[in-house]
Amino acid sequence: MNARPLPRLQGLTREFYAWCARGQLRFQRCAACDAWRHVPREMCARCGSLEWRWEKSAGTGQVYTWTTVERPMHPAFAGDAPYAVVVVEMAEGVRFASTVTNCPPERLRIGMPVRVVFERRTREIALPRFVRADGAQQRGPWGRTRP
Amino acid sequence: MSAPSPVRPPTVARAHSGVSSSLRDRACIIGIGETAYSRGGTPELSQLGLQLQASARAIEDAGLKHTDIDGILPFPALATAEELAANLGVEDLRFAATLHMGGAAPVAALQAAAMAVATGVARHVLIPAGWNGYSGRRTREIVASDEGAIPGGAVARDYYMPFGLTAPLQWYSLMARRHMHEYGTTPEQLGAIAMTMRQHAQLNPNAVMRGKPMSMDEYLASPLIADPYRLFDCCLETDGAAAVVVTTAERARDLRRRAVYIMAVAEGHPYPADDLLNRPDPFSVGLTYAAPKAFGDAGVRPEDADFAQIYDCFTFEVLQQIEEAGFCARGEGGAFVEGGRIALGGALPVNTHGRLLSEAHVLGLGHIVEAVRQLRGDARERQVAGAEIGVVTGWGDFGDGSIAILRN
Ligand SMILES: [Zn+2]
Repeated sequence: MNARPLPRLQGLTREFYAWCARGQLRFQRCAACDAWRHVPREMCARCGSLEWRWEKSAGTGQVYTWTTVERPMHPAFAGDAPYAVVVVEMAEGVRFASTVTNCPPERLRIGMPVRVVFERRTREIALPRFVRADGAQQRGPWGRTRP
Repeated sequence: MSAPSPVRPPTVARAHSGVSSSLRDRACIIGIGETAYSRGGTPELSQLGLQLQASARAIEDAGLKHTDIDGILPFPALATAEELAANLGVEDLRFAATLHMGGAAPVAALQAAAMAVATGVARHVLIPAGWNGYSGRRTREIVASDEGAIPGGAVARDYYMPFGLTAPLQWYSLMARRHMHEYGTTPEQLGAIAMTMRQHAQLNPNAVMRGKPMSMDEYLASPLIADPYRLFDCCLETDGAAAVVVTTAERARDLRRRAVYIMAVAEGHPYPADDLLNRPDPFSVGLTYAAPKAFGDAGVRPEDADFAQIYDCFTFEVLQQIEEAGFCARGEGGAFVEGGRIALGGALPVNTHGRLLSEAHVLGLGHIVEAVRQLRGDARERQVAGAEIGVVTGWGDFGDGSIAILRN
């Protein structure tokens, strides 16, 4: 019960995380109308096409919203508090829940630019995480100077 | 990159200018029942036992016999229609269904019940819900361990939980923060909701939080759980059950209780329903679609309501539903809940019993029970004087919604 939850590698989720394990963040893109989508789905909700490809994301986005978990509800995260779960709106328009690994929760701001990195968890699974992409060493509009 | 959310998704305008339901005033709620509500100790009754006690009280309240029940709409995963019928002695069960909408299920079940009785599929439909939500398995354990528990379970398992996003209050706190960002909603405005529910609970003998009033300072001093949510933004976990019985308007006239009419009822599902994070309009939920339909069918406006019982799993969800139901415009919910407007004596008393935040958590059924009590004029100290029209909402899973407009 205290093991960290991992995605179940089946169907399209297996394919999504297989790309992550190769160090690539890819989302589905409709072959007929070019719409990006996430979470993975069989059919394009915009045009109804069943044809699609895994297309490489620019890997960049902005913080869309976040929550700072002070009291974890799942035992596997009990030792992590406080930690922030961040929703990133990717340049492609899709949104993805993850964490920003080099920014403490109190420095997070909506609109903060971030880029993807990967955390290897098992041989088959790497989780997309994010780091600040606004030159955190420099004085940014949100935080004070970081060492 | 992130455009401001549109005020209403265009699909909603289509929905309420379209076909209207023919269920108006054709079904009534004729019986209500509740158990005692508590936290802790050894529960005297099992999860099923609690629901049977509440059901028996609702059937008795309606002036019916157990064998008069021929439709049962149980809450997902808490009981089956089969075991309820077997215990109650219902031999000829003609209609059984479960609506997989979490806390939106009981109000949505009013719609299914109204359809069943209006068409003659069943005559008396029982809607029960209850659990040992405090003494038994906790919600966070259910959500974290069983991906079948919610419709978006696989999405949560594969794309939320690995990153530490594991529980409903964490999901919704993401929306609360975004709302604060877009509209300037404040912690004090969420606090006004929590305080109002607590204030109402002081007038309710069955409320777990009776005798425990709360000030804004106490609210603000309560520990953060998933910022921006504090402890007192969160509903209670309690042991208890409630039930209601629905029949036709014709049949209701023969029964002993003053009937409460279902003027209109609707369910709605957010788009997409199984992923909280990738909605074109992040604040659009099931109620956004259901409310215009229901008010259109009932032929009344939100401002005609004398009270509203709004599903209050967390404070921000009350604010969001006030906006999405049309009691005020998107972004104005924060100002709406201030200044006593949602308290007894205000323009729109909300959750006159104190509900999930301060009475007890019986999964949305208590909101229906209290609405019926108000419309019967039986709410005693907390009676809304002259109440004629009341609104009840349900909320569940990733924002599934339901709404009933009731009258006496
Ligand atoms: Zn397409």
